[in-house]
Amino acid sequence: MTNNKTPLVEMRDVSISFGGIHAVDGASVDLFAGEVVALLGHNGAGKSTLIKILSGAYRRDSGDILINGEQAEINNPRDAKKYGIETIYQTLAVADNVDAAANLYLGRELRTPWGTLDDVAMEAKAREVMGRLNPNFQRFKEPVKALSGGQRQSVAIARAILFDARILIMDEPTAALGPQETAQVGELITQLKREGIGIFLISHDIHDVFDLADRVFVMKNGRVVGHARTEDVTKDEVLGMIILGKVPPGAVPGPGAMQTA
Amino acid sequence: MTDHTIAVPATRTTTGARAAPGNPLKRFFQATEIDTRLLGMVVAMLAIWIGFHIMSGGLFLTSRNLWNLSVQAASVSVMATGMVLVIVTRNIDLSVGSILGFVGMIMAVTQTKFLPAWLGYDHPANWFLALAVGIVLGSAIGAFQGMIIAFLNVPSFIVTLGGLLVWRGAAWMVTSGATVAPMDTTFRLMGGGADGSIGATASWIVGVIACLFIVLSILHSRKQRKRFGFPLKPVWAEFVVGIVSCGVVLGAVNVLNSYYMPVNLARKYAEDHGIAWPENGLDIPLGIAIPVLIALGIAIVMTFLTNRTRFGRYVFAIGGNPEAAELAGIKTRWVTVRLFALMGALCAIAAAISTARLNAATNAQGTLDELYTIAAAVIGGTSLAGGVGTIAGAVLGALVMQSLNSGMVLLGMDAPLQSIVIGMVLVLAVWLDTIYRARAR
Repeated sequence: MTNNKTPLVEMRDVSISFGGIHAVDGASVDLFAGEVVALLGHNGAGKSTLIKILSGAYRRDSGDILINGEQAEINNPRDAKKYGIETIYQTLAVADNVDAAANLYLGRELRTPWGTLDDVAMEAKAREVMGRLNPNFQRFKEPVKALSGGQRQSVAIARAILFDARILIMDEPTAALGPQETAQVGELITQLKREGIGIFLISHDIHDVFDLADRVFVMKNGRVVGHARTEDVTKDEVLGMIILGKVPPGAVPGPGAMQTA
Repeated sequence: MTDHTIAVPATRTTTGARAAPGNPLKRFFQATEIDTRLLGMVVAMLAIWIGFHIMSGGLFLTSRNLWNLSVQAASVSVMATGMVLVIVTRNIDLSVGSILGFVGMIMAVTQTKFLPAWLGYDHPANWFLALAVGIVLGSAIGAFQGMIIAFLNVPSFIVTLGGLLVWRGAAWMVTSGATVAPMDTTFRLMGGGADGSIGATASWIVGVIACLFIVLSILHSRKQRKRFGFPLKPVWAEFVVGIVSCGVVLGAVNVLNSYYMPVNLARKYAEDHGIAWPENGLDIPLGIAIPVLIALGIAIVMTFLTNRTRFGRYVFAIGGNPEAAELAGIKTRWVTVRLFALMGALCAIAAAISTARLNAATNAQGTLDELYTIAAAVIGGTSLAGGVGTIAGAVLGALVMQSLNSGMVLLGMDAPLQSIVIGMVLVLAVWLDTIYRARAR
C-alpha cells in the first residue's frame, strides 16, 4: 500500500467512554481501497466499540472520521450507509421472524409506484445475490429462524454487499461457522477486495485473519498498540502485541504501546 | 432436516427438503399455502358453535344469533387488530378499554352539547365531526403514551397501566360521572340495529365485490410471480382457495341476509316507507350491520398495512430483533410512537361503535375491554414474546371470545361462571398453541 494515497477511511483520535470507562481512547486507524485491515485485540480491547462508531451504532465523544479525506458526519446507522459503510455484526443482526429477502432489504425496502412493498422484486434480487453467495440456498419463504448458522451468515453477508458497499466491516465474521464455511467467507473476502472494497476484519483470534489481512491494527485497553503490514511481522510478534502490548521492530507503535522497553 | 450450507458444492444440491412427498394432506396444505394454524382456529370455532348449538337446543346457529354475534364482536375486533401489532413489537397496551371510555365520552359530549350549539341538532355533519374529534383525540393519547415508551424508555406495561387509571378517571371527570344520551341519529348507524344495516341488496353487492377482489388478487399474485419466473402454485390449488374463499364470503352474506327485522320494527319500517302491511307479516332482511362492515374494513386495511407497507415490515422486524432493526437504520422509536397512535385511533373507532350501539356514553364503557382485546389477539396466535401474529387471527380470536360469551348467555349461565370459563379457555388456547408451535419447529 502506498501511503501517499488518500485513505478510504481514516479515524483520527477517536474516543468514547461509557460511564467513566474509556472504551476507546484516542484511537486512530485507516483503511485504503482494496485493502483488508484486521483489527485485533482481546475481548474488551475496544475493537468492536471502535468499529461500531464507524458503523453509526455508537456516537463518538471526540475525534474525526474522514471518508476519502473528507470529514464525515456519522451519527446513526443510516448516516454510515450513506457513505457506503456496511457492517456484518458479530451477533448476526438479522430479524429472525421474517424471511431472507425482508432481511436483505430491511430499512431500504424496494417499493412499488404506489408506495407499497415490492416483495416480488425484492425476492428476485435476493435470489440473484444469494445465488452468487450460496447457490444451494432455496428457502426464501421461510423465516430466517429456520435457517442454519451458515445460511444465516450468508444472509447477513448478502445484505452487506447488496447495496454496493465501499467499506465493509466484518465483526468476527466466522465466529458462528464451521471450517468449510469459514473458507468460503475467506474466498468471498478475497473476491470483494479485488473489486476495490475496503474491508475491516475484527477478530480476537489472530489465526482467523492473519492470512487474509494486508495490515493489522492491534488494540489493548481501548488504545491502539500499533499497526504493521502482515509481511513485516510474524504471528508470534502480533500475539505479543495483543497480549503484552509489546511492539516489534516491523510495526509502527501507537499510543497504547508498552512504555518500557 | 437438510442443511444447505455455504460450502456444499452445487452438484450435491439436496432437493429433498423441497420435494418431500409427505402424505396427501400435507401436500395439499403445502400447495395451497393455507395457514394450518389459522385453519385450526376456524375448526375450533366451528366446534364451539356446534357444541353450543346442540347444548342450547338449536338456538346458536340461527341467523339471528350469528347476526348479533357479528355485531357484538365488532368493537373488540377493531381494537384487537391493533393489539396484535403492539404485542408483535414486544409491547402491550393495557389502556385500550379506558381510552375507549374516555374518547367515547368526549365524542358523546361533542355531538350532544358542542356541535348542536353550533350546527343544531341532528345536523348531517355532526356524526362525522364527532368521529373525527374522537379519532384525533385517540391518536393523540396513543402517540403521547408511545412517546413516553419510546423516548423516555418507560416499559409499555407501566405506561399503559397508568393510562388505564388515568383515562378511566378522565372519562368520569368529563361529565362528573353522568351518562350522556341519546346520540346523534346518524352517528347511531355505526352501532348497527335495524337502521344501521345495509339491507339485502347492498350486502350481496358487498359480497360480490369481495369475491371479485379475491379472484383479482389471486390473478395478480400469479402474474407477479410469473414476471420474475418464480415457482407458481398449482392451478388446482388456486382454484380451491378461490372457490372456498368466495363460498365463505357469500355464505356469510346469505346468513346475515336471512335475519329479518323483528315484527314491530318491520311494521314501523313499512309505515315509514308506505308499504301496506300484509297479513302474514313482512320479511325485511337486515343484511350486514354497519359496525361489522367497519370492523371488516379495518381488518382489511390493517392486513394491508401489515403485509404491504414498510411500517408493517418494521413492526415485525422490531419484534423479531429490536437491535437488528435499529442497526438496519430503522427509526424504531418513531415506529413505536406511530404504532401506539394507531392503536389509539382504533380505540376511538371502537368507541364510536360501542357508544353508537348503546346509544349512550357511560364512564364505565369499555371496562375490561383491554383484557378481551389482548385475549383475542393471543387466542388468535399472537406470541407475547413478540415477532409473531396475524390480523386475521386476532379477528378470529375476537369472534371466538364473543362466541363463548353469547353461547353461555344463551345457555343461561351465571355471569361469574362465564368469567371462569373464559379465563380457562384463554389459558387452554395458549397452551395448545405452544404445543403446536413446538411441533411445527
